Amino acid sequence: MKKLCSTLAAGVMGLGTAASAEVEVGMIVTLSGPPAALGQQAVDGFQLALDKLGGTLGGEPATLIVEDDELKPEVALSKAEGLVQEEVDFVVGTIFSNMLQAAFKPVVESETFLISPNAGPSTFAGRNCNPYFFVTSYQNNQNAEVMGAHAQAAGFQKVFMIAPNYQAGRDNLEGFKMHFEGEIVDEVYVPLGHQDYSAEIARIATSDADAVFAFTPGGMGVRFVRQFRDSGLADKIQFMSVFTTDETTLPAQKEAAQGFIAAGNWAPDAENEASQAFVAAFEEKYGYVPGGYAMQAYDAAMLIDSAVAAVGGDLSDKDAVRAALKAADFTSLRGDFTFNNNHYPMQDFFQLSVVEREDGNWATSMGELVFENYGDSFASECSM
Amino acid sequence: MSTTLILIQVLNGLQLGVILFLIAAGLTLVFGVMGFINLAHGVQYMLGAYLAVFLYGLTGSFLAALVLAIPLALVLGLILEFLVFRHLYDRDHLSQVLATFGVILFLNQLVKVIFGPIPLTVPPPAFLDFSFTLVDGLLYPAYRVALIVAGLAVALGLWLVITRTRVGMLIRAGATNPDMVSALGVNVRQLFLIVFGFGAMLAGFAGVMAAPIFSVEPGMGDNLLIVAFVVIIIGGAGSIRGAFVAALLVGLVDTLGRTLVTDGLRLIMDASSANQIGPAIASMLIYVLMALVLFWRPEGLFAPKVTR
Amino acid sequence: MSAPSASPAAAAKAPAAPEARASRGPLFVAAVIFALLAAIPLVSEVWGGAWLTSLAVRAMILAIVAISLDLLMGHGGLVSFGHSAFVAIGAYTCGIMITEGTYEMALILPTAIAIAATFALLSGAICLRTSGVSFIMITLAFGQMVYFALGSLAQYGGDDGLTLWSGPDLFGTRVLGSEMGVYISVFLLLLGTWALVHRLVYSRFGRVLRAARQNPTRVASMGYSVLRYRLVAYVIAGVLAAIAGVLWATHASFVSPSLGAWQRSGDLIVMVVLGGMATRNGALVGALFFILIEETLSAITHDWRLIFGPLLILIALYARGGLVGLLDRVRGPQ
Repeated sequence: MKKLCSTLAAGVMGLGTAASAEVEVGMIVTLSGPPAALGQQAVDGFQLALDKLGGTLGGEPATLIVEDDELKPEVALSKAEGLVQEEVDFVVGTIFSNMLQAAFKPVVESETFLISPNAGPSTFAGRNCNPYFFVTSYQNNQNAEVMGAHAQAAGFQKVFMIAPNYQAGRDNLEGFKMHFEGEIVDEVYVPLGHQDYSAEIARIATSDADAVFAFTPGGMGVRFVRQFRDSGLADKIQFMSVFTTDETTLPAQKEAAQGFIAAGNWAPDAENEASQAFVAAFEEKYGYVPGGYAMQAYDAAMLIDSAVAAVGGDLSDKDAVRAALKAADFTSLRGDFTFNNNHYPMQDFFQLSVVEREDGNWATSMGELVFENYGDSFASECSM
Repeated sequence: MSTTLILIQVLNGLQLGVILFLIAAGLTLVFGVMGFINLAHGVQYMLGAYLAVFLYGLTGSFLAALVLAIPLALVLGLILEFLVFRHLYDRDHLSQVLATFGVILFLNQLVKVIFGPIPLTVPPPAFLDFSFTLVDGLLYPAYRVALIVAGLAVALGLWLVITRTRVGMLIRAGATNPDMVSALGVNVRQLFLIVFGFGAMLAGFAGVMAAPIFSVEPGMGDNLLIVAFVVIIIGGAGSIRGAFVAALLVGLVDTLGRTLVTDGLRLIMDASSANQIGPAIASMLIYVLMALVLFWRPEGLFAPKVTR
Repeated sequence: MSAPSASPAAAAKAPAAPEARASRGPLFVAAVIFALLAAIPLVSEVWGGAWLTSLAVRAMILAIVAISLDLLMGHGGLVSFGHSAFVAIGAYTCGIMITEGTYEMALILPTAIAIAATFALLSGAICLRTSGVSFIMITLAFGQMVYFALGSLAQYGGDDGLTLWSGPDLFGTRVLGSEMGVYISVFLLLLGTWALVHRLVYSRFGRVLRAARQNPTRVASMGYSVLRYRLVAYVIAGVLAAIAGVLWATHASFVSPSLGAWQRSGDLIVMVVLGGMATRNGALVGALFFILIEETLSAITHDWRLIFGPLLILIALYARGGLVGLLDRVRGPQ
């Protein structure tokens, strides 16, 4: 259908074959349902990069096609096939790992480069790593691993863990355990989209935990954080989390998340020039605080820009493009950025904390460095 | 697992039950009396929550938002009734499903376009911004107590209306034998309008009350709608008493199930298998409960005796 | 009005009985649809390519499921709100067997059929004790149980689903590895399902099933076991949906529990009602239209549900008998 539209458009506007040097990027993100905020951040981040580059990537005029996977695997698959059919040069996606699993095969089998701005499942990090697949975010478990390492260093003894009952939930709790040597007093799994956490909060209160580790993304995090604050437990039990108090949920959590800590590769107050310019421009244009999703999509655009420039716009030589991507020769908003052998990033990870900014907006803030140039634990299984 | 914890969980289960009752009450009336499958009841609940956000933004007061949201929910409900539902009363259930499914798609998308995809919240009213201490260190917010009281008040009020008033009598009669009510000269259209308006206000009220403890986001009513249907089917369609008992039952089974199943399994298998299987079984429990009830009493626990 | 949909009153309001429309018109419509579907691989050479064939495969797989559901809903008066569970069962049987090293479709398909038939037999024996709205909800209950059970299979990807790194063989050949092989298989199975269901519907079996929808007591008094006939229909529909599930796994190389989510069962019901229940082509038209309109509208705007929602409402309000009914009216009385 897109093909038809663009063909028609080209016909109407009298565009000829001159557009052949154009760089086409297809983006598959979630823009429906409750997690749509994450996808929107990614789209806005990528678009901002395009704006900054004057609508070009690597000096070539660029077009961006945004597709919504609707959080349905079969739709993700169909959109991926549509983009492949369109012969886009790069596919940027997805937000969620299960969407990536659905979209993965058609894209990489058509030898189109797939760049994930968020989802970084272990599936494609190890044995099934792929020469056409790059990730600008992290391996999914890494933030949790960092949080665990921080909990260990900060001297917490007994941690209560909570996550929704699905694969990413399990992976994150496993990740936390990797560097945390204290006692896990309990491990609770709630249904996806869980509404009322009273039962879980009662369990936390009657356990003797000194900290909670939560992985409750999106609306789940909003509800859990607020209900946790209301229960009064926040004053005596440290709340640690990943993907729970971020820029997509803090506008609703506000002071309820005061003093809560998280872990990640970036926060909007990161002290480098590129990042500060990015945050200012983003807030100016879109009127909200960018989170990691926007940052990683921006970096994905910059990565493509650097690669297209390096091969001089000739995208037919796949090996050359891959080498250029692998070089990651661009200024990441995170500072130094390199790819591991499995094309997942090697990067610094930080403890983050929730702060109220001077303008009254809530955001995460960079804390101490936990890991330097940290790669994931699956890379050794990857034969690339 | 201490006795204290179990007692707290029973309280939590009852509280969840009350919230479910608020959502299910309107649904069971509309379904029981009008024989109308209103899948849009979940989005009407969502509209209530969004009205709370919007009106709180305007007035800065939760109480003002509550007071204004209910008539607005009624108005929105009546607009829906006028545009869509009234043309479907004498149609088969599946046309109703198709049309109300369309309403869900449209309204979920519309609130996303208007309010954006980000989850929103409303703070509880200031005079309820305190807590009771349940056990050492665990507080119970006063707002939740108010929510339970409101739910019980709605239950009592509905029970009084249904058993003690003329409209209630007609509603009961309508649920039992609609043709006879019509034959006796009652304006059934008008009765339906009243019942539907009631349902819309109840859904809106539930949405406003839920806004301070849950998050307000597009599609927030979809999963609750299914649970509300489970509640009214267990209770018996059209029965307020049934909806109340079933809501508490579902709330208790769900809450205690989430606590006890995994713990129970840990006694008979290793922890990681228990963590694997337990949550899945806990999620299934309310459906197993419904299947059991339907198996033994296909009409539900408290169904009005239907005569035709 | 509190009567469940299986009651005589509601059934009488349902679209006209199929006998009444057993004219040549519907056959002609079906011939056009199948001809168009058969032409898609040729069209894709010129425009649309793999995306188009893949879209058509998805639509045809859904059409198989919708036709099987119409056997229950339209002809049996049994509105199943858990039908997508059978799709998930079929897809997971295929996915798990391939992951465990069994690639032969000649083994996978019978296994999927056996598992789906067993599940249908057991759950059907319980569900069919109820009718009307109770039946809708009890099938939902079983569907949800399957959904949560599949999501807890951590060794097979849990909630994230399972990627199949290589597809199944057919009698040792790689026929199903090619796009065209999949397309032809799905096309033939859709044609087969369509023919089979209508053959069934016009047989004595179908007449008993329909009669039981309108008046179970009379059918029972005539000496037929209503439960047994309905159970057979339930098993047939479940097996057909499971076959569609196997095809989906083969086509998409990916299975996930969301195939069995209640939203999918809801979509299926909408497709059947949209097309027109208990008609020769209603379910087929409904499924194809649903996918086509979703694809078209979502290409125009990401907020396509603002258009699709009202469209469904209009069809529900003004097109009694669904799209097929609308088509009949446009063509006028013959």
